[in-house]
Amino acid sequence: MNHAIRKTGLSGLLVMLLTVWGLASPPARAEYGDLVLNEHAEKEGMPPVIFPHWFHRIRFRCKVCHADLGFQFKAGGSGINMLKIIDGKYCGACHNGEIAWSVENCNICHSGKPGLKTQVIGSRLGTLAPPRAASKP
Amino acid sequence: MNVQMPSLKFIVLLFIVAALLLVFGVVHQAGAAERKNPNVFNRLLKPKKPFNLPPAKDGYHDPEGEGVAYLQPPKEAFKDLVPAKVGNHVDWVRSLESGKITPRYDRLDPKAKPIVMDLNIVREVKGSMPDVAYPHKQHTEWLDCSNCHPAIFIPQKGANQISMAAILMGQKCGVCHGKVAFPITAKTCRKCHSRPKGRKGKKAKAKKAASKK
Repeated sequence: MNHAIRKTGLSGLLVMLLTVWGLASPPARAEYGDLVLNEHAEKEGMPPVIFPHWFHRIRFRCKVCHADLGFQFKAGGSGINMLKIIDGKYCGACHNGEIAWSVENCNICHSGKPGLKTQVIGSRLGTLAPPRAASKP
Repeated sequence: MNVQMPSLKFIVLLFIVAALLLVFGVVHQAGAAERKNPNVFNRLLKPKKPFNLPPAKDGYHDPEGEGVAYLQPPKEAFKDLVPAKVGNHVDWVRSLESGKITPRYDRLDPKAKPIVMDLNIVREVKGSMPDVAYPHKQHTEWLDCSNCHPAIFIPQKGANQISMAAILMGQKCGVCHGKVAFPITAKTCRKCHSRPKGRKGKKAKAKKAASKK
C-alpha cells in the first residue's frame, strides 16, 4: 500500500517537473539564417551541428564558401561528412588549425539539442503549409 | 526504520510539489487576470519576441553541451553593426558599405577585392506594386556571378519568370531571401519594389530632353 502511494507520488512529481520544465524553458529564438545539420550526426552518435551564418558572414563574403568551396544553397544539400572535412574540403578548408580552429573541437559545432531536423532556422519555408501532395502519408 | 526513511523523503518531495504548484498557480492567475480584459489595447498584436539570444538560451543549442560556452553571443558581435528590423536585426549591406564589417572575398587573401558590377535590372511587375529595381552592385559585393548565373537566373532579358509565390517557396530570389539574406515580410516589400511605376529612366529623360531641342 505504502509502496503504491509512493509510486504514484513519484510519477506525479515527475509529471509536475516535466510540466514545470516545459513552462520554464524559453521558446526557440535562434538566429535567423543559422543552419541545423543532422543528416548523419545523430545516426552516428553525435549531437546535431548548428552552423551560425551570421558569424561567418562577418568574416567572409558568401562567395568564398558558396562559389569557391562548393557549398550549395540548401541545408544538407552539399553532402558534407567528417571525412571530407578532415581532407580539407568544405568546413575543413578553414577549420584546419590555420585559418580557424581545427576539427578536434567536436562540441563547438556539434552543439545542437537532440532530435533537431536539418533546417534553416527562421526560414520562410518553415512557416508555409506544405503542398497537399507532400502532406499525404 | 528502513520503512520509515523513504516515506520521510516522500513527504519532503510532496512539500516541493506543493511549493511548485503554489508558485505556478500564482503565475498562472496573474496571466489569467491580464487576459480577462476584452478591451485590451492592440488585442491581436503579438508581444515583441526577444531576439539575438545567447546560444545557451536560443532553444536550439544544448545548454549542457560542452562547446556552447565557447560560442559568441550574437548581441556582442552585432553591437556596432547597422541595425535592421527583420532577420538578424542587422542590415548586412549597409554594415558592409560603411566598413563596420570587412569580410574576406578570398579565403586566404584578406586584401582581395570583389569584382563589383554596377548594373540595375528593372523588372516591370504586374499589379499595383512599384517596379523592382534589382541592384547588381550590392549583390556582387557578396557573391560571385556563378552563384546565380545561369542556374538560378538565366542571364538574358525576359528569360526568367519570377513570382512572389516562387520566391516564398524558396526559388529564384527566395534561394537566399527568406533564408539567410533579408526575409520577405511586410517590412521589406519596398526594399525590392522601390521604383515607382511609370518613372522614366535617365536615358528616356535624356532622349525626351534632346527631342525638345
